[in-house]
Amino acid sequence: MATELALELIIENVDAGYGAVRALQGVSLRVANGETAALLGTNGNGKSTLMKCVMGMVRPTRGTIRLDIDGVTHDLSRLSTEEIVNIGVAMVPEGRRLFPRLTVEENLLLGAYRPLARADIAKNIGFCYEAFPLLLERRRQLAGSMSGGQQQMLAIARALMSAPRLLLVDEPSVGLAPILVSQTISKIRELKDRYGLTVLMAEQNFHQAIRIADRGYIIVHGEIVFDGSVGELEQNDLVKNYYLGATA
Amino acid sequence: MTARGYRFWIGAAIVLSAACVAAAVVKNEYYFYAAYVVIQFVVLATAWNILGGYAGYVNFGSSAFFGVGAYIAVMLIKWLNLPLGLQIIAAAAVGGTLGFGVGLLTLRLRGIFFSIATVAITIILETAVINWRFVGGATGIQILRPPVMEPFESYTKMLFVCMVLLAIIAVAIARHIETSWIGRGLRAIRDNEEAAECTGVPTLKLKLAACAISGALMSAAGAPLAMYQSFVEPASAFNLTYSVSALAMPIIGGTSHWLGPVLGALLLGSVQQIVTVTVSSELNVLVVGVLLVVFVVAAPQGLVGLFTKVKDKVKGN
Repeated sequence: MATELALELIIENVDAGYGAVRALQGVSLRVANGETAALLGTNGNGKSTLMKCVMGMVRPTRGTIRLDIDGVTHDLSRLSTEEIVNIGVAMVPEGRRLFPRLTVEENLLLGAYRPLARADIAKNIGFCYEAFPLLLERRRQLAGSMSGGQQQMLAIARALMSAPRLLLVDEPSVGLAPILVSQTISKIRELKDRYGLTVLMAEQNFHQAIRIADRGYIIVHGEIVFDGSVGELEQNDLVKNYYLGATA
Repeated sequence: MTARGYRFWIGAAIVLSAACVAAAVVKNEYYFYAAYVVIQFVVLATAWNILGGYAGYVNFGSSAFFGVGAYIAVMLIKWLNLPLGLQIIAAAAVGGTLGFGVGLLTLRLRGIFFSIATVAITIILETAVINWRFVGGATGIQILRPPVMEPFESYTKMLFVCMVLLAIIAVAIARHIETSWIGRGLRAIRDNEEAAECTGVPTLKLKLAACAISGALMSAAGAPLAMYQSFVEPASAFNLTYSVSALAMPIIGGTSHWLGPVLGALLLGSVQQIVTVTVSSELNVLVVGVLLVVFVVAAPQGLVGLFTKVKDKVKGN
């Protein structure tokens, strides 16, 4: 593998919070090139805060967040969100956060706001419609008038419009029926393979997340309490306790 | 340029030439005196809509920018005796800078909090001017007009044509913003600012740009006031009715399209002028209020929304 075409996200010792509330404490995490990492934890443990730190929307009070892309190191904790999107990071936010009163197509175009992506807009929108034929059918419809599952697909497609290298997905299962959760997770896998993405996904649904993850991190009260490969995760006592219903 | 772009510029040329022909042919000065005020509101409403309509940031401080424009003109007349064109350009520059500064201070606020902050700016600036003797203080200042420029035969006609030109410039700028990436970004901010930020829309930069452009156009609209009235005083230059009209007109016309504020200003401005002459000038504000209530209830998308609705129905049948 050529070292120039590599990507790695390195989060070290990050503390972050909102006012007096500390949401993250000494969080360290790595996502290697081409990997799908799952950030697992229940509500209120700091998953979204960590995602927002990577996007520059919440500033860490301590620690570093670095992204190495093709031999260049970017310090994400010093860049603005639009600069972070510009170097190739995109996020599918929790609860989708679409522009409900704009059309499907306008939503997609807004995903390509970064100057580099605007040049390839015709190509990328073509890819999106190919991957999600339903969006092509409904491109003139207002985003807010679609069903939850369709909106989730649009949110993912919008993130892909910036032609990202690293894709952050924050709780894709929120508010979706089980069958749609399963479809969404499979779609993320399919897109990752197709575009050679590196993925960091925050998720509560352990079983669905580990279907496509290579590596898992468990976050409890703002601290990473376990990290390892998916195989290790499934054998872990803590996981059995938290997710698989076994009593210690 | 697209076919639509050509059509827009041809339309603009026709409007400007019609204004010039009218100035040369029509003898009654009053029409120009009244039309000036209506066109001035076209500029104000269009400027307001850039921030208030596209980005959804409701600015209650339009009168601050308008008054600053008028007083920049007063200052330049008294100090350097500069011609009208330079007064307008200087007013736009100061208004733009003021918009940028106000944006830096207030655009971190959202919703009603932003609106309250903009009201405060009007009051602060009006108080400052009241206490500034050089520009006349609270009693106001009389302006000696220089001789009218050729080929115009009167000041009112010259200022009318000048205001039509300003309106065309303002509408062209608003239209360009609306159809470009800037407009798309502003609409995203209005719809969901957090989502806009995380998709990489430079939200603060866009809001600052919108606030500065909007402020520059509002101040430019205020600059000719000094020559138009040949008298300026703070209470009327910073009058809150400018803020109310600048907000009501785009809402009545429709905020999503550049034509909305133009239609709203022409409709509301004309009705106000007619009411002033036929009934009383006191009823003006009532007219604004009643029309605003009627439109918010019956046509929340404004005149433009009403047209598209009718058009869709005709197409559908």
